[in-house]
Amino acid sequence: MIEIIVFIAASLMVLVGALGVILRTNPVHAALSLVLTLFGVAVHFVSMEAHFLAAVQVIVYAGAIVVLFLFVIMLLGVDKAEDLRTEPMLRQRYLGPLVGVGVLGLVGAAILVARSRTIVKSVEGLDTVGHDANVKQLARSLFSDYVFAFELTSVLLVIAVVGTVLLARRPNKGLQAAREKAGVSS
Amino acid sequence: MNLLLAPMQQAEKLASPSVNWGSLTPLLVLLGTGLVLLVGAALSPRPWKRGMYATMTAGAAIAAGVLQFVLWSGTVHHGPKALVKDAIVVDGPSLFIGISICAALLLAALVTDNYLRREDIDSPEVYGLYLMAALGGLVMAASNDLIVLFLGLETLSIALYVLAAAHRKRIESQEAGLKYFVLGGFSSAFFLYGIALIYGATGTTKLRGTESIKTALSLVVETDKNRALLVVGVALLLVGLAFKVAAVPFHSWTPDVYQGAPTPVTGFMASAAKAAAFGALLRSVVLSMPELRDDWRPAIWVLAILTLVVGSILAVVQTNVKRMLAYSSISHAGFILVGIEAAAHGGESGNRGVASILFYVLTYAVLVSGTFAVATLVGRSGDAAHSLDSYKGLGKQRPLLALTLTVFLLAQAGVPLTSGFVAKFSVITAAADANSYAIAIIAMLSAVIGAFLYLRIIVSMFLEEGDAEGDKVAIPFGTGLAVAISAAFTLVVGFFPGWLLTLAKDAAGRLF
Amino acid sequence: MIAVANVTPTWYLLLAAALFALGCTGVLVRRNPLVMFMCIELMLNAVNLSFVAFSRTYGDIKGQTTVFFVLVVAAAEVVVGLGIVVAILRRRPSANADDIAELKG
Repeated sequence: MIEIIVFIAASLMVLVGALGVILRTNPVHAALSLVLTLFGVAVHFVSMEAHFLAAVQVIVYAGAIVVLFLFVIMLLGVDKAEDLRTEPMLRQRYLGPLVGVGVLGLVGAAILVARSRTIVKSVEGLDTVGHDANVKQLARSLFSDYVFAFELTSVLLVIAVVGTVLLARRPNKGLQAAREKAGVSS
Repeated sequence: MNLLLAPMQQAEKLASPSVNWGSLTPLLVLLGTGLVLLVGAALSPRPWKRGMYATMTAGAAIAAGVLQFVLWSGTVHHGPKALVKDAIVVDGPSLFIGISICAALLLAALVTDNYLRREDIDSPEVYGLYLMAALGGLVMAASNDLIVLFLGLETLSIALYVLAAAHRKRIESQEAGLKYFVLGGFSSAFFLYGIALIYGATGTTKLRGTESIKTALSLVVETDKNRALLVVGVALLLVGLAFKVAAVPFHSWTPDVYQGAPTPVTGFMASAAKAAAFGALLRSVVLSMPELRDDWRPAIWVLAILTLVVGSILAVVQTNVKRMLAYSSISHAGFILVGIEAAAHGGESGNRGVASILFYVLTYAVLVSGTFAVATLVGRSGDAAHSLDSYKGLGKQRPLLALTLTVFLLAQAGVPLTSGFVAKFSVITAAADANSYAIAIIAMLSAVIGAFLYLRIIVSMFLEEGDAEGDKVAIPFGTGLAVAISAAFTLVVGFFPGWLLTLAKDAAGRLF
Repeated sequence: MIAVANVTPTWYLLLAAALFALGCTGVLVRRNPLVMFMCIELMLNAVNLSFVAFSRTYGDIKGQTTVFFVLVVAAAEVVVGLGIVVAILRRRPSANADDIAELKG
């Protein structure tokens, strides 16, 4: 019974948060709604016995990513982000809800069909594998089966760092000298 | 002290997988060069000699390409193999596409050097990102696990988002980066959801080998258990990949991003990113899920036809050359999809389909790199002169350059005695072999429509007078070399296609 | 059978599908790039939820390991995406003047 209550409460958090992200016009409110969703997902992780991921979810997502979002919103000014004037998908706008409902219908139907036919091995979950702690299992999988993927993430992070350096750097000195020569103040 | 160490001694040792470093050398060369370049340039007190970054990048591209040839001869003797707990494979298709990506990297490095100096934005980071993007592409083409494939895809894509936005002085470039980023992230999410559902249906993310999707698939199909889940998963996977290869109706980002991104980067996107994405499509769906082909082949069929038709029709009505080339790259993607459709039939004709895809990917990568290299030159300082008017009178001003561009455009149109003709021909015959006549005929028709586009550019180069004010197009060494290499390759393959066709066929047969 | 007091993975999967659909709608409907990024994060979270739920049904850890990688990718994506947004907005006010100066020089 308690499981169901937790599920419903956390699911409400997730869905209300998601609706908030979509519907709130103020980006700060959207970011805070995102935190609500992320916490809800973390609660689900706990109830599915993915304890380590729940912790990481809170620390990385809520603690780092959303803070980064808020930081950028504050840095740029709340209203300014709206007039970036870039419209990545102008024509598709009216398609939005349609695509959403389509995806939900398709995936939902597939999940329900799978549920009625399949014999899911066990609902007990990871306890059947062994009595190792969640973190230990995760570490073993990460550093043996997925060690190549793990190394690849390091490349990904290098790219993120180098990319931001490249994007954030001011125009170099040669240009400024040329500008001064041309009598244009920068 | 002992107290601290005690828990460590208790801990069992983790059995780390054996790594065959020799087979990973192409990846390691690209990564190592990238890191040396970034760290070296950051630590050295003064900027490096001009062209040093590009030389190193080109050297790494050549080294990685040569190493892949060596690995190829290894597979001839010892057969294809999987590495590091079956995360990636070394086999014919992966090496062939890897070599295509290295060729694209080489040409891109040569072109980018002059471009960055012309635009006064020279920096080692750009080359570092090129190298890492190529690494991601290689991983995508060689991955044997959907998670590794996803990470390779992200490595390539995130590097490209930054590269597209790398021109700090052109707001269009940064807007292109933003647009590419939003749509790329969107499509990655679909791709990932597809992986999740496939994992849910089969219990694994490994593609081939023991305990893989390929082995689980027959069980799923036989018992009809989880089949719906699997099919929806594959559909989402296809949506994600269709975004990446710019197949209609998931192409809407292409013209804007190709137009806004720095021209050498556009060339790299059209060659390397497309090659990698098709490699991934081939490996993840076509080769690993043959039992499910009745479910996904119609989707490929529809995508191929839409892409061919829409790509070539919309290309004709553009006035900006970079946009034209963007739409033409869409229609080329359509041709490769025709090959994929043929490959989907499996068996002997399927093998020919795979060979035709590999051949098309390599020749198109070289061809489109050359085309965008010329567009980089004609774009002139500021990278803005890309309207059709800018090409007027090029035939008088720079006859040789105009002639090579003519070669590229004719090859893209599929005129005989060029590599483009052989590529189109082999794709269409593969389709006909597989009894996909409708698609083969539509491919031929769209090639005819597409030819108008290329003729328009050629006509304005040679038959129309240029405006007198336009400054003469400069041809620096690096870019000239890149143009010469790709023109030579295009013609050599056009006149003597046999050896490359044999190589592609050999690669297609050497599957893990 | 839902009356039986047991939360099965299917519930989580349906929730994840709903979350994914919401995120997907958000990306298509909103015009603020920052909010679009947030909606992409919603989609990735939906995927994570599905991975963990499947991991539970199969009783193996692979799904959870994958979530780990998705987290890294999400972080890297956000960093780069926000970098691009900042780069655009920082140069927007003086954009026109600069462009003219550079084209003449």
